[in-house]
Amino acid sequence: MSAIRFDDVWKEYGDHIVLERITMEVEPRAFIALVGPSGCGKTTLLRMLLGEEQPSRGQILVDGKPLPAEPDADRGVVFQRYSVFPHLTVLQNVMLGRELRDAKFSARLFGAARRAAMDDAMKLLAEVGLAGQESKYPSALSGGMQQRLALAQAIMRGPKILLLDEPFGALDPGIRADIHLLMKRLWTETHLTVVMVTHDLSEAFGLATRVIALERSRNRPEERERYGATVSRDLEIFPRRSAELRSSVQPAPAGTTRSGKEHQPGRPGALVLKEQP
Amino acid sequence: MRLVNIRPGRQTRFYLLALPFLLVAIAYFAGSSARLAQNPNDKLLPALPSMVQAVKQMAFEVDPRTGGYLMASDTVASLGRLGSALAISTVAALVLGIVIGLLPGANALLGPFVSVTSMVPPLALLPILFIVMGLGENSKIALIVIGTLPCMIRDLAMKVQELPREQIVKAQTLGASTWQIALRVAMPQTLPRLIDVLRLQLGPAWLFLIAAEAIASDSGLGYRIFLVRRYLAMDVIIPYVAWITLLAFLIDVGLRVLQRKAFPWFASVRAE
Repeated sequence: MSAIRFDDVWKEYGDHIVLERITMEVEPRAFIALVGPSGCGKTTLLRMLLGEEQPSRGQILVDGKPLPAEPDADRGVVFQRYSVFPHLTVLQNVMLGRELRDAKFSARLFGAARRAAMDDAMKLLAEVGLAGQESKYPSALSGGMQQRLALAQAIMRGPKILLLDEPFGALDPGIRADIHLLMKRLWTETHLTVVMVTHDLSEAFGLATRVIALERSRNRPEERERYGATVSRDLEIFPRRSAELRSSVQPAPAGTTRSGKEHQPGRPGALVLKEQP
Repeated sequence: MRLVNIRPGRQTRFYLLALPFLLVAIAYFAGSSARLAQNPNDKLLPALPSMVQAVKQMAFEVDPRTGGYLMASDTVASLGRLGSALAISTVAALVLGIVIGLLPGANALLGPFVSVTSMVPPLALLPILFIVMGLGENSKIALIVIGTLPCMIRDLAMKVQELPREQIVKAQTLGASTWQIALRVAMPQTLPRLIDVLRLQLGPAWLFLIAAEAIASDSGLGYRIFLVRRYLAMDVIIPYVAWITLLAFLIDVGLRVLQRKAFPWFASVRAE
């Protein structure tokens, strides 16, 4: 749960201006969808939020403080690919965040701490519909399941902001609809501010509280290099969606899943996340 | 049907596999019997019985001078050198490969140095090693290490750099420190690739071993071959070469099996 503020952010690579004059406020617990034509800098903006890239000018503030210059545990991420670790089983992937937090040197937990982390991870896996898959390696999962796993892995660590880089772009429509339901539920039940890059407008309008379009204002060949993309549309979704309004999100009743291939999302209700100590 | 679409079945595959071996054997024994028919004392292409006799003598009869079985003691000596050298190379390559592959600063510091040292012809360093370290075991082990290590470091660092950037970023968003990334993300994924790199270096390692043993040694498979060369003892040399080949092949197979058993997730990653 964090407010994000972009303060006249520019991104340039040498002479090439990618983004310019990005100024906006994102309220806590918002679900922002970033849309725009390819090459307009959506992903660059997300990478700046992640701390992987730094703005050339201006600054990004999270809860009033400048963003750290490298990725950290406050900002979770799900990429389109390579989001989970291929050498860890499903369960180990979800437990990893806890192990990294609690065992600074060995990065592994033992005994009671391990059992506690395992219990939490199993609950979370059931929540995202991956119960029974915990000892498989990610390569044995379908694309949709891998993204569910990536979501569970990110949420296990308790980030304040969740960044999604076209996370569902490679999935079949039916599977995508299922995972949208899951995404809505996770957003409602956790304390996340979500920023999602997508090129699918219906996904953007279906999930987000606010859709932000990035576009180049000048697009003639000789202008392309010197004028970056900026916020061209900033649309609040109406009727307003809010993470607090439980009733606005209908959990999937049994049997209505639109695809038989995927596991159904688990029982809706209190997510296992505890506030980080 | 086009040749590109013809796939041999299981049985055909077996016959095809055996064919080149069989052809080489036929060519050898045809040549051998032709020469021996002309001159029964010919030493160049010995017949099978004389090789069997030589192996019996080398492997199963106590050598009166040393009181041991020559082939066994040669094998133990050679494998000891090879094993300790490759153990050093493997551990050092794992550590340095991960450090160079993961840390841009270490790459800037050591990357070019490793690239240059991997171009030094190791055999040219052998006289220096003999002068500095003497003629004992150390100089032979050092030669194998010098011959294999730079390439292993370079290859392994490249494999670490090939890990998707997303994984390194993801680990950081889970709160991982540099040490934790190395320990839980980079190293476990580097180990199966280390086996690949090691398998590639087995050939050079054997080359340097035989070379070092040929020049200065008093035991070992390479030493024996070069010793009996003075007597044109092809009946010993040929079985020894076959034995060395078999050992190298078995080590390679062993590493491949180890990779499959210890890293069951790796096959599908490599297939991508």
